[in-house]
Amino acid sequence: MCLAIPGEVVEIDGMEARAEFWDVEKTVRLDIVGETVEEGDYILNHAGFAIRKLPDDQVEETIEIYEAFLEGDEDEALEEIGAEGGDLGIERGPSTPGPMGKPDPELDPMADREETSDGD
Amino acid sequence: MATDSDKDLQFRDPDTAEELTERLEELMDDIGEPVDVMHVCGSHEQAIAKFGLRSLLPDGLSVRMGPGCPVCVTNMPEVDEAVALAEDGKVVATYGDMFRVPGTARSLEDAKADGADVRVVYSASEAADIAAENPGEEVVFFATGFETTAAPTAAVLSDDPPENFSVLSAHKYVPPAMEVVAEMPDTNIDGFLAAGHAATITGYGLFEEFVADYDIPVVVGGFEPLDVLLGLERLLEYVRDGEAGLENAYPRAVSEEGNVQARDTMWDVFETESGEWRGIAEIPAANLALREEYAASDARERFDIDPDVGGEDPLTEQCICGDIMAGKADPDGCDLFGEECTPQNPVGACMVSSEGTCKIWYEYGGQPDL
Ligand code: SF4
Ligand code: SF4
Repeated sequence: MCLAIPGEVVEIDGMEARAEFWDVEKTVRLDIVGETVEEGDYILNHAGFAIRKLPDDQVEETIEIYEAFLEGDEDEALEEIGAEGGDLGIERGPSTPGPMGKPDPELDPMADREETSDGD
Repeated sequence: MATDSDKDLQFRDPDTAEELTERLEELMDDIGEPVDVMHVCGSHEQAIAKFGLRSLLPDGLSVRMGPGCPVCVTNMPEVDEAVALAEDGKVVATYGDMFRVPGTARSLEDAKADGADVRVVYSASEAADIAAENPGEEVVFFATGFETTAAPTAAVLSDDPPENFSVLSAHKYVPPAMEVVAEMPDTNIDGFLAAGHAATITGYGLFEEFVADYDIPVVVGGFEPLDVLLGLERLLEYVRDGEAGLENAYPRAVSEEGNVQARDTMWDVFETESGEWRGIAEIPAANLALREEYAASDARERFDIDPDVGGEDPLTEQCICGDIMAGKADPDGCDLFGEECTPQNPVGACMVSSEGTCKIWYEYGGQPDL
């Protein structure tokens, strides 16, 4: 219930913003972000609320880190923000917490990874 | 003294990783005895399991998972209350991973199978939207999670929610639970790796008192593999020096004061009360209850909740989730692990949530890195 997901704010209407997460747009509330958020800013979304505005100089690095952490599990991250698609049946339910991946015996976090996974 | 780590992490840099693991070896040599570190975050366990970090750790350094998953620590009677409301005809909305968590008798999934209206939502505001769209129904949000979800629940309650909307709070507050674990005589924790995202809200300064009172080092860490290694390296340095320091090894997301607005909103709406954490203990001031001003939106005040409490289930009796979350046992120490208890058919909560240690170990091959 904890992985906060970074997204780019594309539109603001009062306390509600539309933000883009890996090409998926979702509504995010700005009530508790505690900072002024403008279009083009990146926020960390947690359970439908922005909990932090990412400092400009950290956006790129942060996104990179998330992408590598998720490594092919972007669907899980999208599920976490309630994005449509994938198997969102209630039997499975959105996974509020962090991303889950299938075990990958080849996975070596420390290897320099050239290829970037774009999920499926 | 609380400080920000000034190490600049070159993300996924193999040289840095090697350097860090060598540092860990050196530090362990200096210390010369086994060290037990506890992390309090499901995402840490995921990073550790997924990236095989335990296999990189020096002998004698054990990293245990504490009560870091809000789904796992939700007590069975709290689930019973939610199930009772659903069976009583209320619409119960909750996060997806609460859906299958067993109560004493049944889960919300069981209630739904029998026709109750249980909805999975991604945010507290979605639950309030359901109430707005269904004025004829009572909509109860079964609210779980730590600071990161409690603040959003509070924001919805303070924003004039629909009258037919109420909250059944099972929100929990982590720092007091760390105190209880630190005090357990048979859990010898030498240092805590605190949860990065919860600290986004609370700020790392919050741990200053804990560090002083319990004379234990605390380092706030991120969930990227190098973040975890760096956090461990910082902790071991404190252990070697016999110092109880506080440090932020995750400055990308965490500041000393945290998100003040989120925290203020949370404390406006919630107050702490004593409560049972599943399998661990009754913990003073670690449950978040709605303040009196919000009684009208408090499902416990509003409805006469009379849960149908189940008898003792011989299987749940064998579940050692409590010991696992207290850092006293690992999932493979449970006789049910992977046999009677699987993610498809969970006996305990630790096998349900994707932040639960049992589920993580199951997903990553039973006993990761052994
Ligand atoms: S930061 Fe998130 S994953 Fe970690 S303990 Fe808190 S809620 Fe759980
Ligand atoms: S394997 Fe299942 S029964 Fe055993 S401790 Fe984990 S959740 Fe409980």
